[in-house]
Amino acid sequence: MSTAASASPPPVRPVMEPAPVRVASVAKETHDTFTLTVTPPPGDPVALFEPGQFSMLYVYGVGELPISISGDPAVRDSLTYTIRSVGQVTYQLVTRKPGDFIGVRGPFGTSWPLKQARGKSVLIVAGGIGLAPLRPAIYSILRHRGDYNRLVILYGSRSPRDLLYRKEFAAWGLLPDTQALATVDYGGVTWRGHVGVVTTLFRLVRMQPKETVAMICGPEIMMRYAARELEARGLPPEQIFLSMERNMKCGAGFCGHCQMGPYFVCKHGPVFSYPEIRPYMDLYEL
Amino acid sequence: MAPSEMKTALTTHPFLEGLPEKYIDMLSKLAFEVRFEQDEVIFREGDPSSLFYLILEGKVALEMGAPGRQIIIQTLEAGDELGWSSLLENTSKQFRARCLEPVKALAFDGARVVNLCEEDHEFGFHIMRRALALVAERLRATRFQTLDVYSPKGVRVP
Repeated sequence: MSTAASASPPPVRPVMEPAPVRVASVAKETHDTFTLTVTPPPGDPVALFEPGQFSMLYVYGVGELPISISGDPAVRDSLTYTIRSVGQVTYQLVTRKPGDFIGVRGPFGTSWPLKQARGKSVLIVAGGIGLAPLRPAIYSILRHRGDYNRLVILYGSRSPRDLLYRKEFAAWGLLPDTQALATVDYGGVTWRGHVGVVTTLFRLVRMQPKETVAMICGPEIMMRYAARELEARGLPPEQIFLSMERNMKCGAGFCGHCQMGPYFVCKHGPVFSYPEIRPYMDLYEL
Repeated sequence: MAPSEMKTALTTHPFLEGLPEKYIDMLSKLAFEVRFEQDEVIFREGDPSSLFYLILEGKVALEMGAPGRQIIIQTLEAGDELGWSSLLENTSKQFRARCLEPVKALAFDGARVVNLCEEDHEFGFHIMRRALALVAERLRATRFQTLDVYSPKGVRVP
């Protein structure tokens, strides 16, 4: 594993041309979700990403999908994606074998406001697979821990068996000045953790709202509820950021598939500030 | 629990935040401390609603029986209230409440609290406004929960 070090400018790859990358591993996270790690060609710009950005993953002969990068941004010789298998392309991605090749374009889109959050507390609110695009931000904050005040990670999931990164999540909660709370919508009788929607965890958070930056990713309904609730609890709307998901095709703002009001989610997003995106959050995706 | 400790516990509980002191004093005469062991059942589905609790320590699971299994639909903990239906007449418990951890709480006879509300409407307004906010919050959370927002879209291809 190598970490980031500034070197000569990376080579430029045409935006619509996938880089062939070798599958290094596919690890099972839950009953339907897997973490895919790939090895890009040395020095290829596909590996230079900011937390919150996504790649277009191409299974040759099957199709291409936007997938958020879920690994550590400081690691430059591999790329990590956490994928829920719910369709043809995702199924093909998670059933690749080590040594297989897939295509990767990107990275695309905007990133989490980690510079803006410096000197403040950070509240991470994740729902379901939405923890994956937030994990690079968590890695980055932990790597530069002195730049931030409290770190609070709230994670909602459907049931205990759907919780991602369980060991890692538990370890985050043991770090100083860090709170990591998970909740599920439905718990079995053996589950001893929280049960209820993720917004019910807000009352357990210890931080100053005016000095906090929130980063939210999950199903759109959950993000709407969470953003409204945080605003009601005193977080300035301009300090609330959300990662939107739309049906993306080109990934580079050409085709318009992911248009949301005046924005192309692939280019102007996926990370938006709440005031930017609020007027369009009740628009149905076409 | 000493009277001063009781008063502090009532004053600092989120449900009673901002309640005038004279009403805290009224409630402190009704309140009594209760403790439950881990896995102890506080009440069962169908039990008559009688006591209202302000949780001070520990965690409680609200559970509902489904065919062949028991589902936890919500957990409550320090700062939460349990048993709001005891503030209504002729109701029974909708859920089973089971302690996930040892629990310490303040309990009130719901009927006596309602009597006080009827005797002193200003007190009643304060209590019912809090109860309404609590029920609204639970309703909102339950609606959100029933949306099953984390359900995967599409169908897994074999």
